[in-house]
Amino acid sequence: MSIATPAPSTELLRFVTAGSVDDGKSTLIGRLLFDSKQIFEDQLEALERSSDLTGGGRINLANLTDGLRAEREQGITIDVAYRYFATPHRKFIVADSPGHVQYTRNMVTGASTANLMLVLVDARQGIIEQTRRHAYIAALLRIPHLVLCINKMDLVGYSEEIYSRISAEFTRFATRLDIRDIAFIPVSALNGDNIVDPSTHMPWHKGPPLLRHLEDVYIASDQNLTDARFPVQYVLRPNSDEHHDFRGYAGQVAGGVFRVGDDVVALPSGRTTRITGIHTLEGPRQTAYAPMSVALLLADDVDISRGDMLVKPDNVPSVGQDIEADVSWMSARPLQLNGKYALKHATRNTRAIVRLLRHRTNIDTLEPEPAATLGLNDIGRIRLTTLTPLAFDSYRRNRQTGGFILVDEATNETVAAGMIADPPPAVPPAVSDGGYAI
Amino acid sequence: METYILSHLEALEAESIHILREVAAEFQRPVLLFSGGKDSICMLRLAEKAFRPARFPFPLLHIDTGHNFPELIAFRDRRAAELGEKLIVRTVEEALAQGIARATPGESSRNRLQTPTLLAALEEFKFDAALGGARRDEEKARAKERVFSFRDAFGQWDPKNQRPELWNLFNARINPGEHMRVFPLSNWTELDIWQYILRERLEIPSIYFTHRREVVRRDGQWLPVSPLLQPRPKEDVRTLAVRVRTIGDISCTGCIESAANNVADIITEIAAARVTERGGRADDKRSETSMEDRKREGYF
Repeated sequence: MSIATPAPSTELLRFVTAGSVDDGKSTLIGRLLFDSKQIFEDQLEALERSSDLTGGGRINLANLTDGLRAEREQGITIDVAYRYFATPHRKFIVADSPGHVQYTRNMVTGASTANLMLVLVDARQGIIEQTRRHAYIAALLRIPHLVLCINKMDLVGYSEEIYSRISAEFTRFATRLDIRDIAFIPVSALNGDNIVDPSTHMPWHKGPPLLRHLEDVYIASDQNLTDARFPVQYVLRPNSDEHHDFRGYAGQVAGGVFRVGDDVVALPSGRTTRITGIHTLEGPRQTAYAPMSVALLLADDVDISRGDMLVKPDNVPSVGQDIEADVSWMSARPLQLNGKYALKHATRNTRAIVRLLRHRTNIDTLEPEPAATLGLNDIGRIRLTTLTPLAFDSYRRNRQTGGFILVDEATNETVAAGMIADPPPAVPPAVSDGGYAI
Repeated sequence: METYILSHLEALEAESIHILREVAAEFQRPVLLFSGGKDSICMLRLAEKAFRPARFPFPLLHIDTGHNFPELIAFRDRRAAELGEKLIVRTVEEALAQGIARATPGESSRNRLQTPTLLAALEEFKFDAALGGARRDEEKARAKERVFSFRDAFGQWDPKNQRPELWNLFNARINPGEHMRVFPLSNWTELDIWQYILRERLEIPSIYFTHRREVVRRDGQWLPVSPLLQPRPKEDVRTLAVRVRTIGDISCTGCIESAANNVADIITEIAAARVTERGGRADDKRSETSMEDRKREGYF
């Protein structure tokens, strides 16, 4: 590795790590930072100071990421820690998430913005319930890429047979999930095998080492550039003589491409107008695409405000108040059926009533099961009615316009992450095999 | 043929603008903390990108320790005037005089005293959101902090009870008396900041560039000699070509020997650096969790 100076035009890759408590996840992150020369002398010094406490005298790379007092004392990761490193090819944002079932909500949080999930398994144990749960979360949150790192290969004699057995088992399981791209890499995070450089212990592994894979995985098509969506976030209206007539509809493009001259529809009102300009501080632009933050200038002085969504007339999202969604429940206070919650979707704040709990998903078997409520870390399918109409897509189609959060109106706590379900098929399938689409 | 891919700087910029606009839309009385340092200089540019040609929907606030590099204060005032935005200054000096802050005997740095001064200022103006330039790469406790970081009525941060933060949907709900600290630069690194300063051609205070200064060797670093920091007998005092990498209380901000006199040279220097940015801040060195402890009390 050369010194990590990304060129200003480097791409950004966000990935989330998942593993059980002892899979060596924090060690792997520490190793990536260490081997890509992102650990600095004072951090190393601090590690050495603290290593007597937790590492038995040996430098503990996990101490680099587990920053909270409770984490250091208990030797576990409690909350998502964000880490940053860069190579000349890419800049990486790592959401280092705790793996245990009681921290499912933290993992969902880390997964929500990720392009890629890195799942760790212990080569001695193979696929366990947690591995399946983490892969399920990757599928539920629609992370486009997954890497299964089979770790601690040094403890199984760098056995190709064990690697192949685990890969095959995961592949069989993953056919039930909808993940576009899965890669398998045998590693030893502790020793650095197949992390930055190809391992000399595993010449049978023909694929790239982990860092090379992270640098090369193709992410340009992860962004939805088909369905033009612009949630209006804030209206810029300078009250100055110089900009008397300026009215800019500011926001971040949530999908697709907008061009000057495009006809647009404001939802939910349905009023149509035309884009006359795209304003940025650098000057006018001809196009704006996801995930740019811009301000659109419109031909007519129509009544458009925060929460409305601008789309193109030939490609409109659903508009309605009845929504079917998978939710990850994040609060110790269980879901209240017929309870009212604050709901935030794109830039719209509204309220919602949970009408129905269809099922809870057993995240170890992936089977739906009947349930009376959802508790902390549960995942289930609900139906809710919103106070005002929303313009939405299915989460599968667009993570920005298909995701929402529910907030407890009394405590202001974020209680759920919602992923809007696909619209029901126009014609029901003739045969049901009892399977469950995720 | 246009490719629809943003560079990492463009993606970070778009994210930060989104965060700034969310704050403007969701809060009644936001404020932007501006110190004149490199991160808050980037914050001002991002605010211009988010809100021009309109005025900023918030004033700027500086919590002045009184232990400043004079160059920084001159820069702060000039930048606010150029932007035509309102700058509020509240000083640790006043807070001490009013009994809002109490000095600890023997402690020369005023970084800790900024906390009560800041909390009093937020209360004075009833600010419900304070935009700060902190980054997650600066320190381990910050690595776990949310972009919208909730503070209770005492201004305290509870790291074990943070709201989950999903996608780009920020829960901005608070009750009266509570407030939110918001960090639009959460995902930026020190290198990103400098690349952005280069790309945007942002003016920065002269002390970031090499200059000759009298410094004293203490606690493994070169500290600037000033009326607030006088060399003790037998200490190694020299006049060196130095610059600062991060700016804090002048009595504890380490200088690094450097010949960098432009932003491109600084970027090269940082990329090759073997010590983190805050390695030059004596206040962070006291214990493994000193930042967590200060943040719990309501520090930036």
